[in-house]
Amino acid sequence: MAYEIVVVGASTGGLRALRVLLSGLPAEFFLPMVIVQHRGKHMETGLCEFLAHSSRLPVGEPEDKEPVLPGHAYLAPRDYHLLIQSRSFALSTESPVGFARPSIDVLFESAADEYRKRAIGVILTGANHDGARGLAAIKAQGGLTLVEDPVTAVCREMPDAAINLTRVDWILPLQEMAAGLYRLSINPGQYES
Amino acid sequence: MSTVATEVNDLEDIEISLLLDGLYRAYGFDFREYSRASIKRRILDLMHGENLATVSAFQDRVLHDAACLNRFLLGLSVHATAMFRDPSFYLTFRKKVVPLLRTYPTVQIWVAGCSTGEEVYSLAILLQEERLYGRCRIYATDISQAVLRKARDGIFPLAAMRDYTNNYHQAGGANEFSDYYTAQYDSVIFSSALKSNVVFSEHNLATDGSFNEFQVILCRNVMIYFNKDLQARVHHLLYDSLSMFGVFGLGNKESLKFTPRAAFYEHLNDKDKLYRKVM
Repeated sequence: MAYEIVVVGASTGGLRALRVLLSGLPAEFFLPMVIVQHRGKHMETGLCEFLAHSSRLPVGEPEDKEPVLPGHAYLAPRDYHLLIQSRSFALSTESPVGFARPSIDVLFESAADEYRKRAIGVILTGANHDGARGLAAIKAQGGLTLVEDPVTAVCREMPDAAINLTRVDWILPLQEMAAGLYRLSINPGQYES
Repeated sequence: MSTVATEVNDLEDIEISLLLDGLYRAYGFDFREYSRASIKRRILDLMHGENLATVSAFQDRVLHDAACLNRFLLGLSVHATAMFRDPSFYLTFRKKVVPLLRTYPTVQIWVAGCSTGEEVYSLAILLQEERLYGRCRIYATDISQAVLRKARDGIFPLAAMRDYTNNYHQAGGANEFSDYYTAQYDSVIFSSALKSNVVFSEHNLATDGSFNEFQVILCRNVMIYFNKDLQARVHHLLYDSLSMFGVFGLGNKESLKFTPRAAFYEHLNDKDKLYRKVM
């Protein structure tokens, strides 16, 4: 059973972690990767360019109703929630969830709904609990759950919260995350062996 | 994998369809073509707020309890916005749209989906500073009476003013932002002069038609809650309501690209979502 999407959540320490993750993915990585990185409301753009610099995949901030394309990395725009509906992006300016907009939980829960067992959720470093509920939703739909090893995380609270709420499938050091995702993308049955 | 969770999820989708269908048939409020992902979130949040465990139980209450119906409608129609949200949009409006508007003796403006009115007051301030307000009439519409009441009151939380003041200055505002409101306890009330040329009224983009011809239509971060079919319909409606060379403004992550009217507008600049009807 093939996976169709990877959703990634990161907060404090996420810039470095995302750079490590993206730079580890080969150009032929074909799953769309959708990223929520918490950032301040006033933090101007530039994050996208920063990540694109270390990525072989094109990185962009999606607009409303833009189709989710394979082989692309997408970054949730600041001050919007990002959801997926009918294989397209949907944005929302609803209130922040747990002080966060974009919220990792919002993205992950919509991905769980849309892709069911074909979604992979990844929680990276962060100093809050966002993403734990979303990752649990992915697991509940039969999707695959990956968490950065709290030991390698700049802030371990977010990985810890995710691990406490869900029996996650894999806990990986940051340096091994990209290779793990790549293997899963070409050999989805690998986890079951 | 958990088949139980999958079944609950499918059941929930069915229940949501039934709820929206019932709401439409009983009261005419049509949320059936709203983007499923976000409306589902809202419904489940509201349901938990009512301490109910299933959407079916929620449907029962929405259909039989008028107070619950009002809470439900308010919950579905508020979209959190800010004054001068995306300051560069307003800066471009000042620099590129205001000169166009000066050429008209009167200017009809429609803020479609005005929610609690932040955008309406922002626009009114801008037009007043540009000495255009006197010849403008702003129609501010929304589907919810409750939301319109808030917009008409012009009362906003004091805590938001720091952000709004920043936005205002980034948007080219040269005055003291606090000149426009009076603070009282933890709220502020905006000057009633700002709404002297504003008509607040109920209008449902999903079901109502055009009601005037406008030189400017702003519909920002409203259609993001609609599915593609409804979006397409509303784009036709707004296009039909805009005069030739009229200006159309969207939220800064919305795009005409995926809509049927894309070819009928030209961009005012390549950054902000401000367009001019050219066909």
